Amino acid sequence: MGKFGKKAKVEVNIPTSALPDIIFMLLFFFMVTTVLREQDILVEQKIPAATQLQKLQKKTLISYIFIGKPKNTALYGVEPRVQANDALMNPADIRQWVNQERDMLPEADRGLITISIKADRDVKMGPISDVQFELREADARRVLYASIGKVVKD
Amino acid sequence: MADIAFLLLIFFLVTTTIASDKGILNILPPKLDPNIPPPDIKVNERNIFTILINANDQLLVEGEYADTEGLDMEVKEFILNFGNPTDDEAVQLFNTLPPSLKALARRLPESSDDPGEAVVSIKTNRGTSYETYLEVFDLVKKAYFDIYAARVNLDTDEYRSLTGKDDAEVSLQNRGKEGIPMAISIAEPDKLGGN
Repeated sequence: MGKFGKKAKVEVNIPTSALPDIIFMLLFFFMVTTVLREQDILVEQKIPAATQLQKLQKKTLISYIFIGKPKNTALYGVEPRVQANDALMNPADIRQWVNQERDMLPEADRGLITISIKADRDVKMGPISDVQFELREADARRVLYASIGKVVKD
Repeated sequence: MADIAFLLLIFFLVTTTIASDKGILNILPPKLDPNIPPPDIKVNERNIFTILINANDQLLVEGEYADTEGLDMEVKEFILNFGNPTDDEAVQLFNTLPPSLKALARRLPESSDDPGEAVVSIKTNRGTSYETYLEVFDLVKKAYFDIYAARVNLDTDEYRSLTGKDDAEVSLQNRGKEGIPMAISIAEPDKLGGN
């Protein structure tokens, strides 16, 4: 009767002496991979999804331009705006910005400058085409539409 | 010791954003010189595959109301139609294609003459959403990458991940592209209904 109490006691001992090593390994991994944001993004960024993504070989050639609805609508309004570097700018200023970015590259690579357009998925084509027009004028014709991978249903 | 390490670990875990530089590459046309009138290029209408997207994100593909379903296949058939190859090069190009792509050549008189002539044109409205535009552009790119990949016996994903970092990759890329230029024309959006 009622002899449930006795259970075989199994000693479970996970060795924890290597734990700090594992933690340190993880720590170093994240320290190395972390890129601290240098700039605040002032516009909304919900990047659209696509399937045919390509990766560029040289990251140094990429300059980023952000397009979207400003986060601070009280200050900047609700119309989509263009952000490059740290500030919102008008499409007319993009040409100058591209030239500044290009001057920072080594001379041999200047023709290969690539502008990554990080646009919110709710932006209309109007602002995008204005930006593209300015990029053509500035002769920065390689454009990368930043997007995230889409899961394809078969 | 381990506590401090944990603390740091959590800090870096939280602040990490794994930067992704992936995207769809597009080469814009050169700017127009105001002194030189735009070149008057005569292209037969059958060599242009027109995709119009209006401000309501509706598609008009080759004059017919359509949606994005199966658009990549239509573009592929258009490129590889070989309706009326203009010169020997196009005939030779056809002979080098793998059987899977040859099967797509339906030789319709109202579709493109040969891949060298074929142009895919995407025209949007200023009110078209960026998402729809990108979806269509993505599908057209897919059609081209599928063809390129099939020519060099690779998966489409494998072909796309070639970055050209060594000679073998460059030669694969060139063999895929040879004779079939990726001719995607992005027309200036029209102003109706946009901002």
